[in-house]
Amino acid sequence: MSTLVAHSTYLSWRSIRAFVRQPIFLVITLIQPMIWLLLFGKLFESVVRIPGFAQGSSYLEFLTPGVIAMTALFSAMWAGTVYIDDMNRGVMDRLLASPVRRGAMVNGTLVYQSATSIVQTVIVLVVALLAGARFDGGAVGVLVTLASACLLTVICAALSNAIALMARQHEALIGISQFLSLPMTFLSSAIMDPRLAPDWMQTAAKYNPLDWAVVASRETLLGSPDWGQVWPRLAALSLLAVLMAALATRTFGAYQRSL
Amino acid sequence: MPGYAVQATDLHKSYPTGRGKEPVHALDGLSFAVEPGTVFGLLGPNGAGKSTTVKILSTLTRPDAGTATVAGADVAADPDAVRRRIGLVSQKPSSDPMATGRENLVLAARIQGLSKASAHERAQWLLDRFGIADAADRLVKTWSGGMARKLDVAIGLVHRPQVLFLDEPTTGLDPEARTEMWAEIDRMAGDDGMTVLLTTHYLDEADRLAGRLAIVEHGRVAVEGTPDELKAELRGDVLQVELESEDAAARATARIELVDGLSAVLRDGAVVRARTGAGARVVPAVFALLGDAGIPVVSATVARPSLDDVYLRYAGRSFQVEEVAA
Repeated sequence: MSTLVAHSTYLSWRSIRAFVRQPIFLVITLIQPMIWLLLFGKLFESVVRIPGFAQGSSYLEFLTPGVIAMTALFSAMWAGTVYIDDMNRGVMDRLLASPVRRGAMVNGTLVYQSATSIVQTVIVLVVALLAGARFDGGAVGVLVTLASACLLTVICAALSNAIALMARQHEALIGISQFLSLPMTFLSSAIMDPRLAPDWMQTAAKYNPLDWAVVASRETLLGSPDWGQVWPRLAALSLLAVLMAALATRTFGAYQRSL
Repeated sequence: MPGYAVQATDLHKSYPTGRGKEPVHALDGLSFAVEPGTVFGLLGPNGAGKSTTVKILSTLTRPDAGTATVAGADVAADPDAVRRRIGLVSQKPSSDPMATGRENLVLAARIQGLSKASAHERAQWLLDRFGIADAADRLVKTWSGGMARKLDVAIGLVHRPQVLFLDEPTTGLDPEARTEMWAEIDRMAGDDGMTVLLTTHYLDEADRLAGRLAIVEHGRVAVEGTPDELKAELRGDVLQVELESEDAAARATARIELVDGLSAVLRDGAVVRARTGAGARVVPAVFALLGDAGIPVVSATVARPSLDDVYLRYAGRSFQVEEVAA
């Protein structure tokens, strides 16, 4: 166990160090959320006046938790590119032929992805505040938002790692990630109140981890949360995060069988 | 049990090539054994099965059949023990380009269980030893190919492995970097009783570095021995006559076969090779014969047998020609 923790720490630090050396990547991953938040937020400002659109006093406040979750989803879906780069070089082979634990190789990327997700979430929140949003949920709202963004990140990054180990090519990973990301975004309450969407979409959202993160974050961030909505979703996110990390770890076996 | 540092027995491995197609047999009963503290070369063209062998011996993948022990541990039964005792320098660059050389070494050492202090100490020692200390704190992406390759080897040595796998260590290096790498491999061979398993498709590299070597062809060992033994098996000198075309070579072959004192006449493209016990005497005879027949000779040489001739004998084709084609 202590080996697993030690190896996870070394490998997380490797990724975080590389990330700090290329701050441009952080800027790039923030362009899309800024467009969503500032342009999309303005464009659809008036949707809150549609009867039935209940939550939030402004669309910007409604949209912010959605953009945070979308940012986590879209960045984490790229997580597997690190593995593919390592495969294209001999780094993956070298690590697999060393006593490093497979779980640590997964943990390293998940810790790193979560760290970047925290930075991104904080930046999106600050920009939303500067643009005029007000969040009555305070510190509790921010903490739940950070937790749900991290859990969603772990789920998607672990999935991305598993896909990378199976597909082994950037093109395939990107294709599959985009194929999953867009429906996940639109079959959720990220940008639209689902009560205004068709019934089947509301049903789909119930099984969508992105929606779990959005609802948990929005409930707590906008103040006076219904904890009956929040806790089950955080629990489901945590359970799925553990399952996906285990799946990614097991996928190393399939990868090595194909070598 | 004192024994071989590496022992591979009857390894088989095939890869599927798609639905309804025959799988590729990468290894087809490959066996060899390596004495501890020696440099052993696996020599063969691309696709012969060298890299698959290294992948199995370094626990990256499992054989379909057959067994292997490395540094006293069974690769299938106890891969973790093998991983603690081996270093792997794969064909591709295996350092992290976004980390410095020192960081790469320290990370590898920490993963192998060295304490922070000894990891730094070991990293510095290796940086000095490979002459890359000046660049130690620069990102590896700014390093030259030759320097990065030395770092790859240094990373493989951080935990003082009992067996080091060098998979085509000089492929892609310029001649100067290649010569330097050879010197490094020479120096580290036998350090702390370390065994080196080298794969290469360069004959001169195998000849220069390996104490023993096995020529691998179609997933099995075609022949094994010291470079000198393999060359000595081909008695006499090698006569090599180059003609203007394959067609001319074919016509020349038919005539050269008639010359007294020549044996094992083989044509390889536009080149005809034969073995002879008395090179100086047969060359004029060959020239006279081909001159009479009106077949112009581009060049003719008589030389001691090279590994290429060994390869030609056992694999049925010339290594150099193979290289040009690939």
